[in-house]
Amino acid sequence: MSETAEKVKKIVVEHLGVDEAKVTEDASFIDDLGADSLDTVELVMAFEEAFGVEIPDDAAEKITTVKDAIAYIDGHKS
Amino acid sequence: MFRLDGKVALVTGATGGIGAATARALHAQGARLAITGRRAAELEALAAELGEGVLVAPADLADAAAPAALVEQVEGQLGSLDILVNNAGFTRDMLALRMGDADWAAVLEVDLTAPFRLARSALRGMMKRRHGRIVSIASIVGVTGNAGQANYAAAKAGLIGMSKSLAQEVATRGVTVNVVAPGFVKTAMTDALPEAARGKLMERIPTGRMGTPEDIGAAVAYLASTEAGWVTGQTLHVNGGMAMI
Repeated sequence: MSETAEKVKKIVVEHLGVDEAKVTEDASFIDDLGADSLDTVELVMAFEEAFGVEIPDDAAEKITTVKDAIAYIDGHKS
Repeated sequence: MFRLDGKVALVTGATGGIGAATARALHAQGARLAITGRRAAELEALAAELGEGVLVAPADLADAAAPAALVEQVEGQLGSLDILVNNAGFTRDMLALRMGDADWAAVLEVDLTAPFRLARSALRGMMKRRHGRIVSIASIVGVTGNAGQANYAAAKAGLIGMSKSLAQEVATRGVTVNVVAPGFVKTAMTDALPEAARGKLMERIPTGRMGTPEDIGAAVAYLASTEAGWVTGQTLHVNGGMAMI
């Protein structure tokens, strides 16, 4: 697992209070991990803080799974 | 009941009558305070009166960058921000026919937009901590309207709508967002009214007296308390019965 993936999963586990085993790369924040719309905003803010990236609203909307988050961060972190 | 020990509160407009009384009320309940306003000397005097540990943070809320900087300063220096009291506001009264765009915009900027910016910045930490209280001071005229105050009444009505929306957004995070709507309170703002206007207003107050800044501070202290956790999106009218809504 890449460093980004590990860190993303850790943030998701902490933030949503879910079992680490459930946080697979294909897991959807809302459908599989029980997040509500506010959780997804908070997650994006947490990713921004942790990785020093800026995730604009239109990109944030498309980040619905763990995999999406990892791909976006890997593509944009400096 | 209603103790605020260990909580950090930011009161804007603490140089005014209601702001200072609110700061005193929160301090009396045990909160640690940050006070802001444009006049540093008056803030210093209030801080000296309250004793140790009060953060004096002068700022001009007409400056768009001030709210975020204030929240950062409070969280940085006092370690948290649990209670935000949006009290700062000013009037620029005139009949709408005479009201220029600048008169309208200046009041909306400080009385409505700055509270939104402060709330937006404060909510981040509050949501993370799963606890927060935002109380905005509106006015009875935000609900009833008042000739000569189209700008001020619009801003105050806006605070009510804004608070209801924010309340719905953050309710699951232990953050409440409420409004206190004072009626006719004795402050420098109402001292400026002509005698005849004051007399007419008094006739409409069933309790037969003007409000005091302390009447308002007590209402804010209640809404800021942990015990008021099931009260959100509400407007608490404190007006001596002048309007029963």
